[in-house]
Amino acid sequence: MTIKVLHPGLSTTVQDLGRPGYFHLGIPVGGAMDRLALRAANLLVGNDEGAACLEAVFIGPQLEFTAPTRIAVTGAEMPIKLDGVEQPGWTALEVKAGQVLSFDYLKSGARIIIAVAGGIDVPLALGSRSTYPIGALGGFKGRPIAAGDELPVGAAASGKAGVSVPEALRRKPGHPAELRVLPGLYWHRILPESQASFFADQWKVAPEADRMGYRFRGGQALKFVAREQPFGAGSDPSNIVDSCYPYGSIQVPGGKEPIILHRDAVSGGGYFMVGTVISADMDLIGQLQPNMPTRFVEIDMDGALAARADRKALLQKIRAALA
Amino acid sequence: MSTEIKSPLPGVFYRKPSPESAPFKNDGDSVAADDVIGLVEVMKSFHEVKAGIAGTGIRFVIDDADAVMAGQVIAEVQA
Repeated sequence: MTIKVLHPGLSTTVQDLGRPGYFHLGIPVGGAMDRLALRAANLLVGNDEGAACLEAVFIGPQLEFTAPTRIAVTGAEMPIKLDGVEQPGWTALEVKAGQVLSFDYLKSGARIIIAVAGGIDVPLALGSRSTYPIGALGGFKGRPIAAGDELPVGAAASGKAGVSVPEALRRKPGHPAELRVLPGLYWHRILPESQASFFADQWKVAPEADRMGYRFRGGQALKFVAREQPFGAGSDPSNIVDSCYPYGSIQVPGGKEPIILHRDAVSGGGYFMVGTVISADMDLIGQLQPNMPTRFVEIDMDGALAARADRKALLQKIRAALA
Repeated sequence: MSTEIKSPLPGVFYRKPSPESAPFKNDGDSVAADDVIGLVEVMKSFHEVKAGIAGTGIRFVIDDADAVMAGQVIAEVQA
Protein backbone atom coordinates (compact mmCIF):
# COMPACT_ATOMS: atom_id res chain seq x y z
CA MET A 1 0.00 0.00 0.00
CA THR A 2 0.96 3.65 -0.24
CA ILE A 3 0.08 6.92 1.39
CA LYS A 4 -0.89 9.71 -1.00
CA VAL A 5 0.21 13.17 0.11
CA LEU A 6 -2.66 15.60 -0.56
CA HIS A 7 -1.06 18.44 1.42
CA PRO A 8 2.42 18.20 2.94
CA GLY A 9 2.00 20.57 5.91
CA LEU A 10 4.85 22.99 6.64
CA SER A 11 7.82 20.62 6.76
CA THR A 12 6.94 16.95 7.11
CA THR A 13 9.80 14.45 6.95
CA VAL A 14 10.33 10.71 7.27
CA GLN A 15 12.18 10.06 10.54
CA ASP A 16 13.21 7.06 12.62
CA LEU A 17 15.60 6.89 15.59
CA GLY A 18 18.43 8.36 13.49
CA ARG A 19 21.86 7.33 12.20
CA PRO A 20 24.39 7.59 15.06
CA GLY A 21 27.99 6.77 14.16
CA TYR A 22 28.71 9.30 11.41
CA PHE A 23 28.74 12.59 13.34
CA HIS A 24 32.56 12.66 13.31
CA LEU A 25 32.30 12.70 9.50
CA GLY A 26 29.86 15.60 9.57
CA ILE A 27 26.70 13.54 9.07
CA PRO A 28 24.29 14.46 11.87
CA VAL A 29 22.54 11.87 14.02
CA GLY A 30 19.16 12.82 12.54
CA GLY A 31 15.98 11.06 13.63
CA ALA A 32 12.81 12.27 15.31
CA MET A 33 13.07 15.41 17.46
CA ASP A 34 10.86 13.62 20.03
CA ARG A 35 12.08 10.04 19.96
CA LEU A 36 9.91 8.91 22.87
CA ALA A 37 6.84 9.97 20.88
CA LEU A 38 8.18 8.02 17.86
CA ARG A 39 8.75 4.86 19.93
CA ALA A 40 5.25 5.17 21.43
CA ALA A 41 3.62 5.70 18.03
CA ASN A 42 5.35 2.62 16.61
CA LEU A 43 4.43 0.46 19.61
CA LEU A 44 0.77 1.51 19.20
CA VAL A 45 0.60 0.14 15.64
CA GLY A 46 2.65 -3.01 16.30
CA ASN A 47 5.87 -1.81 14.60
CA ASP A 48 9.43 -2.14 15.78
CA GLU A 49 10.09 0.88 18.01
CA GLY A 50 12.51 2.33 15.49
CA ALA A 51 10.34 2.02 12.35
CA ALA A 52 10.18 5.08 10.11
CA CYS A 53 7.31 7.51 10.75
CA LEU A 54 6.33 10.97 9.55
CA GLU A 55 7.31 13.95 11.69
CA ALA A 56 5.27 17.11 11.05
CA VAL A 57 6.07 20.45 12.64
CA PHE A 58 3.42 23.11 13.51
CA ILE A 59 1.05 22.15 10.63
CA GLY A 60 -0.19 18.61 10.03
CA PRO A 61 -0.26 17.06 6.54
CA GLN A 62 -3.31 15.77 4.69
CA LEU A 63 -2.83 12.10 3.75
CA GLU A 64 -4.94 9.52 1.93
CA PHE A 65 -4.47 5.80 2.64
CA THR A 66 -4.86 3.49 -0.37
CA ALA A 67 -5.50 0.32 1.70
CA PRO A 68 -6.94 -0.50 5.13
CA THR A 69 -4.36 -0.02 7.91
CA ARG A 70 -3.74 1.15 11.47
CA ILE A 71 -2.13 4.46 12.37
CA ALA A 72 -1.25 6.39 15.54
CA VAL A 73 -0.45 10.06 16.12
CA THR A 74 1.66 11.06 19.14
CA GLY A 75 3.68 14.06 20.28
CA ALA A 76 2.14 17.53 20.08
CA GLU A 77 -1.52 18.17 20.79
CA MET A 78 -3.08 18.79 17.36
CA PRO A 79 -6.68 17.66 16.74
CA ILE A 80 -6.66 14.58 14.47
CA LYS A 81 -9.39 13.91 11.89
CA LEU A 82 -10.26 10.93 9.71
CA ASP A 83 -12.64 11.98 6.94
CA GLY A 84 -13.39 15.05 9.07
CA VAL A 85 -14.28 13.11 12.24
CA GLU A 86 -12.10 13.91 15.28
CA GLN A 87 -9.99 11.04 16.66
CA PRO A 88 -7.96 10.59 19.86
CA GLY A 89 -4.19 11.07 19.95
CA TRP A 90 -1.73 8.48 21.38
CA THR A 91 -4.20 5.77 20.26
CA ALA A 92 -4.13 3.06 17.58
CA LEU A 93 -6.72 4.06 14.95
CA GLU A 94 -8.32 1.81 12.32
CA VAL A 95 -8.20 3.38 8.85
CA LYS A 96 -10.30 2.26 5.87
CA ALA A 97 -9.04 2.32 2.28
CA GLY A 98 -9.50 5.81 0.82
CA GLN A 99 -9.85 7.58 4.16
CA VAL A 100 -8.16 10.96 4.57
CA LEU A 101 -6.18 11.96 7.65
CA SER A 102 -6.07 15.70 8.40
CA PHE A 103 -5.37 17.99 11.32
CA ASP A 104 -6.71 21.13 12.96
CA TYR A 105 -4.65 23.99 14.46
CA LEU A 106 -1.78 23.02 16.74
CA LYS A 107 -2.85 23.44 20.38
CA SER A 108 0.33 22.70 22.35
CA GLY A 109 3.75 21.21 21.67
CA ALA A 110 5.39 21.54 18.26
CA ARG A 111 5.73 18.20 16.43
CA ILE A 112 3.44 15.27 15.78
CA ILE A 113 4.62 11.78 14.88
CA ILE A 114 2.42 9.76 12.53
CA ALA A 115 3.09 6.01 12.61
CA VAL A 116 1.52 3.59 10.14
CA ALA A 117 1.49 -0.20 10.58
CA GLY A 118 4.47 -1.53 8.61
CA GLY A 119 6.38 1.76 8.76
CA ILE A 120 7.30 4.13 5.92
CA ASP A 121 9.31 1.88 3.63
CA VAL A 122 11.86 4.21 2.05
CA PRO A 123 15.40 2.85 1.42
CA LEU A 124 17.97 2.87 4.21
CA ALA A 125 20.71 5.51 3.89
CA LEU A 126 23.70 4.97 6.19
CA GLY A 127 21.57 2.62 8.28
CA SER A 128 18.59 4.93 8.75
CA ARG A 129 15.46 6.11 6.94
CA SER A 130 15.65 9.57 8.54
CA THR A 131 15.55 12.59 6.24
CA TYR A 132 18.46 15.05 6.38
CA PRO A 133 17.11 17.67 3.95
CA ILE A 134 20.21 19.91 3.80
CA GLY A 135 22.33 16.91 2.80
CA ALA A 136 19.56 15.49 0.54
CA LEU A 137 20.12 12.23 2.44
CA GLY A 138 17.62 9.53 3.45
CA GLY A 139 13.87 9.79 3.82
CA PHE A 140 11.66 10.21 0.75
CA LYS A 141 14.05 11.38 -1.98
CA GLY A 142 16.14 13.22 0.62
CA ARG A 143 13.55 15.96 1.14
CA PRO A 144 10.37 16.87 3.04
CA ILE A 145 7.26 15.28 1.49
CA ALA A 146 5.36 17.24 -1.16
CA ALA A 147 1.81 17.20 -2.55
CA GLY A 148 1.44 14.34 -5.05
CA ASP A 149 4.06 12.08 -3.41
CA GLU A 150 3.11 8.43 -2.86
CA LEU A 151 4.89 7.09 0.20
CA PRO A 152 5.60 3.33 0.29
CA VAL A 153 4.49 1.43 3.40
CA GLY A 154 6.02 -1.85 4.62
CA ALA A 155 4.25 -5.08 5.59
CA ALA A 156 2.24 -4.68 8.78
CA ALA A 157 2.56 -6.94 11.82
CA SER A 158 -0.55 -7.78 13.81
CA GLY A 159 -2.01 -5.30 16.24
CA LYS A 160 -5.34 -3.98 17.37
CA ALA A 161 -7.05 -0.63 17.16
CA GLY A 162 -8.21 1.19 20.26
CA VAL A 163 -5.17 0.67 22.50
CA SER A 164 -3.72 3.92 23.82
CA VAL A 165 -0.80 5.28 25.85
CA PRO A 166 -2.11 6.23 29.32
CA GLU A 167 -2.27 10.02 29.83
CA ALA A 168 0.29 9.92 32.68
CA LEU A 169 2.93 8.39 30.39
CA ARG A 170 2.72 11.12 27.70
CA ARG A 171 5.73 13.30 28.47
CA LYS A 172 5.39 17.02 27.67
CA PRO A 173 7.36 20.15 28.56
CA GLY A 174 6.06 22.24 31.49
CA HIS A 175 5.32 25.97 31.30
CA PRO A 176 7.90 27.43 31.48
CA ALA A 177 9.78 24.52 29.97
CA GLU A 178 12.73 23.37 32.08
CA LEU A 179 15.82 21.95 30.40
CA ARG A 180 18.50 20.41 32.61
CA VAL A 181 22.03 21.41 31.67
CA LEU A 182 25.43 20.00 32.63
CA PRO A 183 28.02 22.86 32.55
CA GLY A 184 30.76 22.00 30.07
CA LEU A 185 34.43 22.30 29.18
CA TYR A 186 34.23 26.03 28.44
CA TRP A 187 32.18 27.02 31.51
CA HIS A 188 35.21 28.89 32.89
CA ARG A 189 35.12 31.25 29.87
CA ILE A 190 32.21 33.28 31.29
CA LEU A 191 32.22 35.46 34.42
CA PRO A 192 30.60 34.13 37.63
CA GLU A 193 27.77 36.70 37.27
CA SER A 194 27.00 35.24 33.80
CA GLN A 195 27.20 31.67 35.12
CA ALA A 196 24.48 32.75 37.56
CA SER A 197 22.33 34.72 35.13
CA PHE A 198 22.34 31.93 32.52
CA PHE A 199 20.43 29.71 34.96
CA ALA A 200 18.45 32.49 36.69
CA ASP A 201 17.05 34.21 33.59
CA GLN A 202 13.89 33.22 31.77
CA TRP A 203 14.57 32.70 28.06
CA LYS A 204 12.13 32.15 25.25
CA VAL A 205 12.31 30.09 22.07
CA ALA A 206 13.26 32.23 19.06
CA PRO A 207 11.27 31.74 15.82
CA GLU A 208 14.47 30.57 14.06
CA ALA A 209 14.53 27.32 16.09
CA ASP A 210 14.54 24.22 13.86
CA ARG A 211 15.85 20.64 13.63
CA MET A 212 19.45 21.86 13.48
CA GLY A 213 19.39 24.15 16.47
CA TYR A 214 17.02 25.64 18.99
CA ARG A 215 17.76 29.31 19.55
CA PHE A 216 16.68 31.24 22.65
CA ARG A 217 16.55 34.91 23.49
CA GLY A 218 15.37 37.14 26.31
CA GLY A 219 18.09 36.46 28.91
CA GLN A 220 21.07 38.70 29.70
CA ALA A 221 24.07 38.55 27.37
CA LEU A 222 26.94 36.49 28.80
CA LYS A 223 30.17 38.30 29.76
CA PHE A 224 33.49 36.64 29.10
CA VAL A 225 36.65 36.30 31.14
CA ALA A 226 39.23 38.50 29.38
CA ARG A 227 41.96 36.67 27.51
CA GLU A 228 44.21 36.98 24.50
CA GLN A 229 42.48 34.79 21.88
CA PRO A 230 44.60 31.70 21.18
CA PHE A 231 46.07 31.07 17.72
CA GLY A 232 43.38 29.59 15.47
CA ALA A 233 40.42 31.07 17.35
CA GLY A 234 38.33 33.90 15.91
CA SER A 235 38.52 37.38 17.39
CA ASP A 236 35.20 37.38 19.25
CA PRO A 237 35.49 36.31 22.91
CA SER A 238 32.85 33.62 22.20
CA ASN A 239 35.20 32.02 19.65
CA ILE A 240 37.39 29.03 20.42
CA VAL A 241 39.86 27.00 18.43
CA ASP A 242 37.57 24.72 16.37
CA SER A 243 36.15 21.87 18.39
CA CYS A 244 33.64 19.02 18.16
CA TYR A 245 30.07 20.01 18.96
CA PRO A 246 28.22 17.35 20.95
CA TYR A 247 24.50 16.67 20.34
CA GLY A 248 22.71 18.83 22.94
CA SER A 249 25.58 21.29 23.37
CA ILE A 250 24.68 24.94 23.87
CA GLN A 251 26.73 27.48 21.96
CA VAL A 252 26.25 31.21 22.53
CA PRO A 253 27.67 33.19 19.59
CA GLY A 254 28.72 36.65 20.77
CA GLY A 255 27.41 35.69 24.24
CA LYS A 256 23.91 36.72 23.16
CA GLU A 257 21.52 33.95 22.06
CA PRO A 258 22.04 30.36 23.26
CA ILE A 259 21.59 27.72 20.54
CA ILE A 260 21.04 24.07 21.51
CA LEU A 261 22.29 21.78 18.76
CA HIS A 262 19.68 19.13 17.94
CA ARG A 263 19.24 16.14 15.62
CA ASP A 264 20.37 17.78 12.33
CA ALA A 265 23.17 19.91 13.82
CA VAL A 266 26.62 20.61 12.46
CA SER A 267 29.30 18.54 14.16
CA GLY A 268 31.98 21.10 14.85
CA GLY A 269 33.04 24.73 14.73
CA GLY A 270 34.50 27.67 16.55
CA TYR A 271 31.96 28.76 19.17
CA PHE A 272 32.41 28.02 22.87
CA MET A 273 29.70 25.92 24.55
CA VAL A 274 28.40 26.73 28.03
CA GLY A 275 27.25 23.16 28.57
CA THR A 276 25.05 20.37 27.29
CA VAL A 277 21.36 19.62 27.72
CA ILE A 278 21.07 16.16 29.27
CA SER A 279 19.93 13.33 26.99
CA ALA A 280 16.74 12.82 29.03
CA ASP A 281 15.51 16.32 28.12
CA MET A 282 16.34 16.45 24.40
CA ASP A 283 12.90 15.08 23.41
CA LEU A 284 11.23 17.95 25.30
CA ILE A 285 13.02 20.50 23.08
CA GLY A 286 11.35 18.94 20.03
CA GLN A 287 8.01 20.00 21.52
CA LEU A 288 8.85 23.67 22.14
CA GLN A 289 6.97 26.25 20.07
CA PRO A 290 8.42 29.65 19.20
CA ASN A 291 8.04 32.13 22.10
CA MET A 292 7.79 29.33 24.68
CA PRO A 293 9.26 30.53 28.01
CA THR A 294 12.17 28.29 28.99
CA ARG A 295 14.52 27.95 31.97
CA PHE A 296 17.89 26.21 32.05
CA VAL A 297 18.35 24.20 35.24
CA GLU A 298 21.83 23.22 36.45
CA ILE A 299 22.41 19.53 37.10
CA ASP A 300 25.47 17.37 37.85
CA MET A 301 26.49 14.08 36.22
CA ASP A 302 24.81 11.94 38.91
CA GLY A 303 21.59 13.87 38.42
CA ALA A 304 21.86 13.52 34.62
CA LEU A 305 22.33 9.75 34.85
CA ALA A 306 19.41 9.46 37.29
CA ALA A 307 17.24 11.44 34.84
CA ARG A 308 18.31 9.10 32.02
CA ALA A 309 17.30 6.11 34.16
CA ASP A 310 13.91 7.77 34.87
CA ARG A 311 13.34 8.28 31.16
CA LYS A 312 14.20 4.64 30.44
CA ALA A 313 11.77 3.57 33.17
CA LEU A 314 9.05 5.70 31.54
CA LEU A 315 9.67 3.95 28.21
CA GLN A 316 9.46 0.57 30.00
CA LYS A 317 6.06 1.60 31.41
CA ILE A 318 4.82 2.53 27.92
CA ARG A 319 6.04 -0.84 26.58
CA ALA A 320 4.28 -2.65 29.45
CA ALA A 321 1.06 -0.67 28.93
CA LEU A 322 0.97 -1.60 25.23
CA ALA A 323 2.25 -5.19 25.50
CA MET B 1 -21.18 39.02 9.77
CA SER B 2 -17.71 39.25 11.27
CA THR B 3 -15.32 36.42 10.35
CA GLU B 4 -11.97 35.69 11.98
CA ILE B 5 -8.74 35.15 10.06
CA LYS B 6 -6.43 32.88 12.07
CA SER B 7 -2.72 32.18 11.89
CA PRO B 8 -2.05 28.66 10.58
CA LEU B 9 1.22 28.37 12.51
CA PRO B 10 3.16 29.84 15.46
CA GLY B 11 5.90 32.44 14.99
CA VAL B 12 6.21 36.19 14.57
CA PHE B 13 3.53 38.04 12.60
CA TYR B 14 4.44 40.83 10.18
CA ARG B 15 2.01 43.14 8.40
CA LYS B 16 4.56 44.30 5.79
CA PRO B 17 6.57 42.40 3.17
CA SER B 18 9.72 44.30 4.30
CA PRO B 19 10.46 46.92 6.98
CA GLU B 20 10.37 49.75 4.40
CA SER B 21 7.19 48.62 2.60
CA ALA B 22 3.61 49.65 3.13
CA PRO B 23 1.43 47.11 5.00
CA PHE B 24 -0.25 44.40 2.90
CA LYS B 25 -3.60 45.71 4.18
CA ASN B 26 -4.74 48.65 6.28
CA ASP B 27 -7.64 48.61 8.72
CA GLY B 28 -10.83 49.19 6.73
CA ASP B 29 -9.56 47.67 3.46
CA SER B 30 -11.50 45.08 1.49
CA VAL B 31 -9.91 41.67 0.94
CA ALA B 32 -10.26 38.86 -1.59
CA ALA B 33 -9.82 35.24 -0.45
CA ASP B 34 -6.42 34.99 -2.17
CA ASP B 35 -5.07 38.28 -0.79
CA VAL B 36 -2.02 38.07 1.44
CA ILE B 37 -2.68 39.90 4.71
CA GLY B 38 0.66 39.26 6.43
CA LEU B 39 3.64 36.97 6.98
CA VAL B 40 4.52 34.58 9.79
CA GLU B 41 8.23 34.03 10.40
CA VAL B 42 9.27 30.65 11.73
CA MET B 43 12.26 28.31 11.21
CA LYS B 44 14.15 30.94 9.21
CA SER B 45 11.45 31.37 6.57
CA PHE B 46 8.44 33.59 6.01
CA HIS B 47 5.01 32.09 5.31
CA GLU B 48 2.22 34.07 3.67
CA VAL B 49 -1.09 34.29 5.49
CA LYS B 50 -3.99 34.61 3.06
CA ALA B 51 -7.37 36.06 3.97
CA GLY B 52 -9.08 32.80 2.99
CA ILE B 53 -12.37 34.65 2.63
CA ALA B 54 -13.59 37.72 0.74
CA GLY B 55 -14.84 40.60 2.86
CA THR B 56 -14.82 44.27 3.70
CA GLY B 57 -13.55 46.38 6.58
CA ILE B 58 -10.62 44.25 7.73
CA ARG B 59 -9.57 45.00 11.30
CA PHE B 60 -6.26 43.70 12.67
CA VAL B 61 -6.38 42.55 16.27
CA ILE B 62 -2.61 42.00 16.69
CA ASP B 63 0.29 44.33 15.92
CA ASP B 64 3.20 44.12 13.52
CA ALA B 65 6.03 41.94 14.94
CA ASP B 66 3.79 40.39 17.62
CA ALA B 67 4.33 36.78 18.64
CA VAL B 68 1.49 34.60 17.36
CA MET B 69 0.24 31.09 18.17
CA ALA B 70 -1.30 28.60 15.72
CA GLY B 71 -5.04 29.27 15.55
CA GLN B 72 -4.73 32.75 17.07
CA VAL B 73 -6.96 35.42 15.50
CA ILE B 74 -4.96 37.88 13.39
CA ALA B 75 -7.78 39.98 11.93
CA GLU B 76 -11.53 40.16 11.45
CA VAL B 77 -13.45 40.96 8.27
CA GLN B 78 -17.09 41.60 7.45
CA ALA B 79 -17.94 38.75 5.08
